[in-house]
Amino acid sequence: MILVKSLAGKPWVWSFLGALLVWLATIAFTGGYGAGGMVTAALSLAVFTVIVGVGQMFVITLGPGNVDLSLPANIGLASAVAMKVMAGSDSMIVVGLLAALACGAAIGAVNYLLIWALRIPPIIATLSASFIIQSIDISYGRGLQIKPPPGFADFTNWQILGVPVLALLTVLFTIGAAIAMQRMIYGRSVLAIGQNIRAAWLAGVNVGRIRFLTYTLSGALGGIDGALLAGYFRGANVDIGNEYLLASIAVVVIGGTSVAGGKANVPGVWGAALFLVLLLTMLNTFGVSAGVRLLLTGLIIVGVITAAGGEKAVR
Amino acid sequence: MTAASLDTTAKTSAERGALARARLLRGLLPALSLALVLLAIAWLNPRAISYFGFSLMLNLAIPIALATIAQMFVIAGNELDLSIGTFVGFVGCVTATWLKDAPLIGVVILLGSIGIYALLGALIHLRNLPSIVVTLGMSFVWQGLAILVLPKPGGKAPDWLLAIMSFKPPFIPFPIIAALLIGLVVHFGLMRTSYGVILRGSGGNPAALKRAGWSLLRTKIVLFALAGLFGVLSGMALIGITTSADANIGNGYTLLAIAGVILGGGEFVGGRVSPIGAVIGALTLALAASPLLTFMHIPPDWQVAANGAILIIVLAARVLISRKER
Repeated sequence: MILVKSLAGKPWVWSFLGALLVWLATIAFTGGYGAGGMVTAALSLAVFTVIVGVGQMFVITLGPGNVDLSLPANIGLASAVAMKVMAGSDSMIVVGLLAALACGAAIGAVNYLLIWALRIPPIIATLSASFIIQSIDISYGRGLQIKPPPGFADFTNWQILGVPVLALLTVLFTIGAAIAMQRMIYGRSVLAIGQNIRAAWLAGVNVGRIRFLTYTLSGALGGIDGALLAGYFRGANVDIGNEYLLASIAVVVIGGTSVAGGKANVPGVWGAALFLVLLLTMLNTFGVSAGVRLLLTGLIIVGVITAAGGEKAVR
Repeated sequence: MTAASLDTTAKTSAERGALARARLLRGLLPALSLALVLLAIAWLNPRAISYFGFSLMLNLAIPIALATIAQMFVIAGNELDLSIGTFVGFVGCVTATWLKDAPLIGVVILLGSIGIYALLGALIHLRNLPSIVVTLGMSFVWQGLAILVLPKPGGKAPDWLLAIMSFKPPFIPFPIIAALLIGLVVHFGLMRTSYGVILRGSGGNPAALKRAGWSLLRTKIVLFALAGLFGVLSGMALIGITTSADANIGNGYTLLAIAGVILGGGEFVGGRVSPIGAVIGALTLALAASPLLTFMHIPPDWQVAANGAILIIVLAARVLISRKER
């Protein structure tokens, strides 16, 4: 079939294939028990990685050295801001979400301001910003015990026929992101900058504005993610975003986006996020200890990148 | 470096003089930022400027400096190591368990881990892999191994290590002497020997180095092995100070080490690094993060922010200077 052939040519197929393999291995181990529940759980958890992963993907696509290290601190602060603004009342949900979004976007804008004004590598700019955000979060969110409004907590956990609604909305969002990346002037400009920043500039791309927009977008997505996480886990927390530093970079790369920039892959982010979540589920089901779980996760990431690395030599 | 010197020959002598001054200023910047932090401390709390005060403030400076040097070797080859923190933690766990109970096996494990670092360098070069991702994966591996070696915080440092780290020389606190020694030894090795030039060249202009007949595979292996070696030293020094270990003990070192290299005047691409600068950068960060900040009216909430602010201020100063350089 033509469909199969065209699918095999797409790099993102492999991350979904990996997720499927891991899932099959787990249900083979449990004898088919909990197969559906596992997919539901994987979808609900993968959502949070996908949202920040897409933001990170836009940033990484800008070219070598572009990466947003402030995401964990950003998520932590936004989760506290969202919970404080919502203050446990259903009527403030939208305002709280907007506040988290604005908080994240402001962090992204400050990140780019540092990069632009100090002409420092994005890694260091976002790193120093994250130190300061972390302090603000510790000071602002001290002893914060506010629960999310019941309506918001229910919304983040809402399922229809075993499919989390949040996951459906995130699928729509990623389709939008894919269109923005591949079909809109903004996305094409991001790709052009990643391939050759000087050529893009000579071709009339407003490099500064596009980079500003991209860092702001990544920050805003981190902010929304923080609010949703606080809803899902029923409370804000300084450390709530910690695991998303490595996870956001890992899903981008495993998903087939080039670390050298200029080549993005939106569906791959979903595949890689499902792969990572299911991998954790599998190792938990097998009953391995925390140490072995981390060890295997690391070895699999290195293994995947080694297997996929050959193609990148072309660039 | 060579390209820069070619540029200078094309300019007039007056321009050359201004350029040399700017470059000197730039070279002195890490030291200036350290002096600035010291002045701030002296102003806020004069009693801190004493033998005891420095010993306390720079308590963790030696492991941070060693981890920074490890990161510097990786950055010199245009790569980045996101696993050095968890590696330091792993080494710490091995030091507090195997190295004390069965020294021979402990030494073999530590040498083996340096070997793994060398292999990673080879893998990254041969398969043309992004080092960020490979070391990201390795950070999980080291953390997993650390938990396997030491599931619960504990263990005990070997006595000889405790003796070394609690050494109290007259007049000058041990951390300062050790930092000077580390900086000078690495400076000599990397900046003053012919193979050191080759190593830096592998980051500065790999294509030229390859045409000149040098093996890029070998330079990458050597750089990563050196990073592993200094990572091991950092983990051992850390356990010598804290006396017991914890699998998460080194996690913060990954980002501290990168920040230290950049504070010290290093750059991400082009093999432009400075060992002495890196050590000074590590000292600055150690001071900024020291527990003594608590006594200086800086509330603990804002200590991390102090780190970030220092980074930003130093980098802003560097921009002002490099504008002149242009």
